[in-house]
Amino acid sequence: MKKKGEMKKVKKVKGKVHDGEHDDPWWSLVQNGIKPSFLCISIFALLVRVAVGLHPYSGANTPPKFGDYEAQRHWMEITLNLQPKDWYRNSSVNDLSYWGLDYPPLTAYQSYIHGVFLKTFDPDSVALFTSGGYESYIGKLLMRWTVLSSDVLVFFPASLYFVFVYSIRLGTGRNSDVAWHISMVLLNPCLILIDHGHFQYNCISLGLTMAAIAAVLSQKDLVASVLYCLALNHKQMSAYFAPAFFSYLLGKCLKNKNPLVDLAKLGLMVIGTFAVVWWPYLQSKEAALTVISRLAPFERGIYEDYVANFWCTSSVLVKWKKLYTTQSSRIFSLTATLLTCLPSMVQQVLVPSRKGFLYALLNSSFSFYLFSYQVHEKSILLPLLPLALLALEERRSLLWLTHFAMFSMLPLLHRDKLILPYMAIYTLFILVYFAPDGPGARCNGSKTLDHSPKKTRRGMEFISFIAFHPFVMGFLGLCSLILHVIYLTMHPPNRYPFLFEAVIMLICFSQFVLFTLYFNSKQWMLSKHVTSQDKQKLI
Amino acid sequence: MKLQESPRSPASITQLLWFFGIATVVKLLLIPAYYSTDLEVHRHWLAITHSLPLGQWYYDETSEWTLDYPPFFAYFERFLSFFAPLIDPWIVHLHHGLSYKADSSIYFQRISVIVSDLFLQYGVHISTRNLASLKRNLVWVFVIWSPGLLIVDHLHFQYNGFLFGWLLLSISFLAQGRDLMGGFMFAVLLCFKHLFAVAAPVYFVYLLRHYCRGGLVRGFARLSVLGAIVVAVFAAAYGPFVYHGQIQQVIRRMFPFGRGLCHAYWAPNFWVFYIVLDKGIAFLLRKFGFDIPSPVASFTGGLVGDASPFAVLPRITPMTTFIMVLLALSPCLFKTWRYPRPRLIARSVAYAYTCGFLFGWHIHEKASLHISIPLALVAVESLEDSKHYFLLSVVSCYSLFPLIYEAQEYPIKVLLLLLLLHTILMWFCFSALFPKIIGTKGSLQSDKKATQSDSKGISRTAAEKQWFELGWVAKSYLLGVVVVETWGQFLHPYLLGDKLPFLPLMLISMYCAIGISYSWIWQLKRIIILS
Repeated sequence: MKKKGEMKKVKKVKGKVHDGEHDDPWWSLVQNGIKPSFLCISIFALLVRVAVGLHPYSGANTPPKFGDYEAQRHWMEITLNLQPKDWYRNSSVNDLSYWGLDYPPLTAYQSYIHGVFLKTFDPDSVALFTSGGYESYIGKLLMRWTVLSSDVLVFFPASLYFVFVYSIRLGTGRNSDVAWHISMVLLNPCLILIDHGHFQYNCISLGLTMAAIAAVLSQKDLVASVLYCLALNHKQMSAYFAPAFFSYLLGKCLKNKNPLVDLAKLGLMVIGTFAVVWWPYLQSKEAALTVISRLAPFERGIYEDYVANFWCTSSVLVKWKKLYTTQSSRIFSLTATLLTCLPSMVQQVLVPSRKGFLYALLNSSFSFYLFSYQVHEKSILLPLLPLALLALEERRSLLWLTHFAMFSMLPLLHRDKLILPYMAIYTLFILVYFAPDGPGARCNGSKTLDHSPKKTRRGMEFISFIAFHPFVMGFLGLCSLILHVIYLTMHPPNRYPFLFEAVIMLICFSQFVLFTLYFNSKQWMLSKHVTSQDKQKLI
Repeated sequence: MKLQESPRSPASITQLLWFFGIATVVKLLLIPAYYSTDLEVHRHWLAITHSLPLGQWYYDETSEWTLDYPPFFAYFERFLSFFAPLIDPWIVHLHHGLSYKADSSIYFQRISVIVSDLFLQYGVHISTRNLASLKRNLVWVFVIWSPGLLIVDHLHFQYNGFLFGWLLLSISFLAQGRDLMGGFMFAVLLCFKHLFAVAAPVYFVYLLRHYCRGGLVRGFARLSVLGAIVVAVFAAAYGPFVYHGQIQQVIRRMFPFGRGLCHAYWAPNFWVFYIVLDKGIAFLLRKFGFDIPSPVASFTGGLVGDASPFAVLPRITPMTTFIMVLLALSPCLFKTWRYPRPRLIARSVAYAYTCGFLFGWHIHEKASLHISIPLALVAVESLEDSKHYFLLSVVSCYSLFPLIYEAQEYPIKVLLLLLLLHTILMWFCFSALFPKIIGTKGSLQSDKKATQSDSKGISRTAAEKQWFELGWVAKSYLLGVVVVETWGQFLHPYLLGDKLPFLPLMLISMYCAIGISYSWIWQLKRIIILS
């Protein structure tokens, strides 16, 4: 009992100490606020990224086409040696059929800057024509460092900004929870594997999106729209989030006194940002159209490989690619995507709220992933971002969906020979998630459920009953574990060479659909919760 | 009431496993990274122990990497070599396996190190189980996440983690008063790697005074028990070789004094100053017109032969270094003789390794781990300890930098050091915040410390709110690390190009030698004060 007296002393020394913080082994790490723990976690996250970078990249030693690594290197070569107007145009010096630039101008500028960096240290790696398929120790290193630096310069500050804003506006106040939140954002296994293993620059567009989200949460709508436009101009896939941004900002403007003025401001910001980014291509209509046509590669078909979305999964039954022309399948996918986005958009237009906005991001990106045209396995990164941002709200879903997102990328990463980092990073995620006495280990559902009126809970309950039923979860978890082993150790039967991929896709798809429904209902329940609260206030 | 939780509670083991898990993930990710020739050395030992009968282990000269560790390590390799052929038979093939660099071989060896680290976890677990949870976490961070250990074992490639498991076990048994077990563990450790023998005098004196006491008869009886145990361990190790009549060959292999005073890269110890002083004097004398012949053997050229490498100063022989180590060790031995306290054993052992490191013959920079790992156990005892440990661990980690010299791993080692800096700083902030509560409540030490800080002119209230803060000397010293590193990595190649290629390394070892010397004096002072 001696210790009890001492503990009281502790409380006197530090007035701010909350009850129960002594049970928190991480308290020592986070007692000084967010920034020191952020620094610590981000150094660790960086270390993990560097270590993943030691492993092979996509298309290493596989001529003639190589992989994404070669694509990025080729873009550096093109942007460094050609004039901006020639970047997107097929010519004798720019063969668009060999990894032609098909991302928006911001990616091109980024490639240019990185190209300059590469040129200073290893000129051969970005020499025009001769550098095709260039691979070397130092070249790989420099390329890896470009991703690392983008991560440090864009994604890390953005996540700090977000977590800072989130913990002030929506947070629970426990510092160790905030630290856990940071590590969930920074140690997202899929993002690390794709950016630093497979080789891409998702960290930039996702970082910009995250910064935009943070700006929205802190009411800086104009900044948010600029940041989001930049994200959109880095990677057109950021459009997955467009419905959420659009509907939230629209809903908010409509609530103001002068909706038109606010809307006009936002519109001007958007147009201005686009004009700046697209400046070299605005000289003629033709130039702009060339770029746009490069950005929308409809000729690639409605889906690719074995992505766990609706079109690919249903193609087991309906051969979309054979039955319908590109034109009609484009219309199908557009309609389906918009229809599935619609509920969450309507909710945000009617009752825009910060938390609702985060759910709307999740829902719209899932709709796009499931139904839009030309989705890639890697696109699962986009829904995972808002999910990681909602980590403290959606603890179980985060764990579960990250598991299936990783699983859905298993074939891709297996091709890239990234199985060892796959397993290591996945283990790391699980370990960090279940950090002793962290929020993950304390998993106790979400609080909003308990306060909401009973009527609205019924539909929600049904979905979460299925989604979180221990039997279902255990069964699917076991299935996916066994499938991992089977996929890595056995050869598929000759008649069905892609049998395992198809099974993986089916399982992942089922979970993604289920959770899209769950998140949609949750978002709607939020608004009911809000309105009922408002009513209570009025009474 | 977490502070009072029973030390053996499953929660603490889960937490330990959690720390271990995180470290393991990083180690796994580092598998494809740079490795030194030690990987081939150990692979060859696997092959020797697998394909040759025991009688030929210490005679084999198929490769230049002959077996030069004590027998237990050879048995350990023999044990590992049972599994290696299951992965790939070529790993253990005496001739085909030479310089075998297939993925299977690298993965097998790297993973064997990672798995053998489990023993380190066990050692850490045993040695920290009586600590309060916060201190325990700290020690875990220092040992399990030790960047030095990561660099040496999992990048450079060695099995140090496993060996430190034995050392920590031995120290913690001694600290808990289980002297026989402690002595046994240390004897086993010596039969794994004889470099650990530097601490043997401390063990000897301590056990003699602490265990073999209680009158002449009882003391002698205890001494015989202890002696019997040690002899049994050594018999188990060396017996088979004695039986084959090879003991001389084994010893010749284990102590290759033909190697020079310093390793190719100078470990940051006293001899660095000696060499630099010699070069400086020779340079000055030449300036004044004296005819000083340049030494035949040069230190910068790698291995040193028979010729004296010194131009002016007297030549150093292994005997000189031996005497110097003993001399440096003598105050500690004396104190141990007078006051054989279990509480101080970790410090004494670390001090012995510091002496060995500073004055020993052909010391490798990796040996600085011998100081920082045992000291981790006592680093949380007080604010001064934590300050000292902070400095020491940074210096010892930084002195390992030249081991890993390729560009690919450069960010890794820098990040590891930063992580170390940062974690330690932050964790110490906390541990120092409540020195009296989780610290040494009720012990003599805290009272002493209070009076000490009073005498230093710090008011009582300030002492209560002690914060982990380094003095300006320590701060500028650490800043100097950045300067030295920047010079070596960026400015030197840029300004001087290929001229004076040894200068950056020399600067690093000189600079770290200052830190280690400081730590040596500090440790000595601490032992004298505390006993």
